[in-house]
Amino acid sequence: MCIFVARNKHARRYMKVAVVKYNAGNIFSVVHALKRIGVEPILTDSPEQLRSADRVVFPGQGEASNAMHYLRERGLDEVIRSLTQPVLGICIGQQLMCRHSEEGDTDCLGIFDADVKRFVPVKHEDKIPHMGWNSIQNYKSQNSKSTLFESLDGEFVYFVHSFYVPVCKETAAVTEYIHPFSAAMQKDNFYATQFHPEKSGKVGQQILKNFLEL
Amino acid sequence: MLAKRIIPCLDVKDGQTVKGTNFLQLRQAGDPVELGKVYSQQGADELVFLDITASHEGRKTFTDMVQKVAAEVDIPFTVGGGISELRDVERMLNAGADKISINSAALRRPELIDEIVRHFGSQVCVVAIDAQEKNGVWTCFLNGGRIPTDRNLFDWAKEVNGRGAGEILFTSMNHDGVKQGFACEALARLASELTIPVIASGGAGRMEDFRDVFAQGHADAALAASVFHFGQISIPELKTYLRKEKINVRI
Repeated sequence: MCIFVARNKHARRYMKVAVVKYNAGNIFSVVHALKRIGVEPILTDSPEQLRSADRVVFPGQGEASNAMHYLRERGLDEVIRSLTQPVLGICIGQQLMCRHSEEGDTDCLGIFDADVKRFVPVKHEDKIPHMGWNSIQNYKSQNSKSTLFESLDGEFVYFVHSFYVPVCKETAAVTEYIHPFSAAMQKDNFYATQFHPEKSGKVGQQILKNFLEL
Repeated sequence: MLAKRIIPCLDVKDGQTVKGTNFLQLRQAGDPVELGKVYSQQGADELVFLDITASHEGRKTFTDMVQKVAAEVDIPFTVGGGISELRDVERMLNAGADKISINSAALRRPELIDEIVRHFGSQVCVVAIDAQEKNGVWTCFLNGGRIPTDRNLFDWAKEVNGRGAGEILFTSMNHDGVKQGFACEALARLASELTIPVIASGGAGRMEDFRDVFAQGHADAALAASVFHFGQISIPELKTYLRKEKINVRI
């Protein structure tokens, strides 16, 4: 575990950003992306560190049942659910924040009142995983009052996923692939993106900055 | 709608980018990390870094470069060259690569594809195929186009697809370095027979070639090197042109 003091050069103040350390792939790319905007994140699985952070990022790429098993074993499921500061789930992070996932028939954290489904191709061109750059539409739903994506309507972001969250009352942005799905979600202090802001060029960087400046 | 991707390819030797013409003469074209950042700022959708000397020399320089790219570049990137076992894949992913590409190693031992997919997921595994057409038959080649095999392009591509690879990067050796357009017919056949994305490589010379590879070759992505490295085509200009030609690209 490596610990740094976080500094957000844009807000010109010290900010402690924790990245949840667990058995998912590609966590370092989020750490790099945060560093590029002037933050020195803490990569940690310590409940105390997570609770005391100003912002928590819950990233990753991986398989839902293994990830949930790992989080439960360490009590991190309860920790993440009870966080009160802004939390950003990314990719599998968004999916794990839902109620249930079809991937490995997994009960997830239940922060969002939605279930994760597997993409089913309709025609030959529908390739799974949905991989590459697709555009997001800002979406106002019942529970989501997110401002993370307000200025980014129609912009392209980078996706890699085979499972998706349908459009629901916590949807904050919509993308169309085979059918419309939740590209981003929000409920209270919990934010999530199905896409990878850390790999989405300038647009992704803006979303991370927006999250830090909430 | 999912955008068609433009992918500059950087061949790397001893930490510097080079580009061969028809896989032979090499010319110097800059620092790969800096070049990668410039391409990302210009609107490249992904980058590919190929370690063209991996089989002959030490790989530490390349791994160091991959770490720097991961720290400084904010778009996805694939690394290839000399990856022949799971340990190599793991090293590249740990260094921060998003995907790895395998070529000769997959032809020699196709089970490697299944192993990579099982351990790291389909999306990580790009299988590169170098093939040459002669009398209407497309044959796959090993070792950067030096050694012919008895594999047919379309049969091998289907097997790669079936083993769970995430993407195929197809280079036509007939078209590579000639700058007269991509192998659109073969690409269109691959697109119709496969269920995974195809990245077209070899033959980019003019902006029209990119339009054709998407419109006629039905490629999901187009990869090129020298036209970008030597400034013959700039990515912003190319994307504006493709938009005008009704190709969905990210701008």
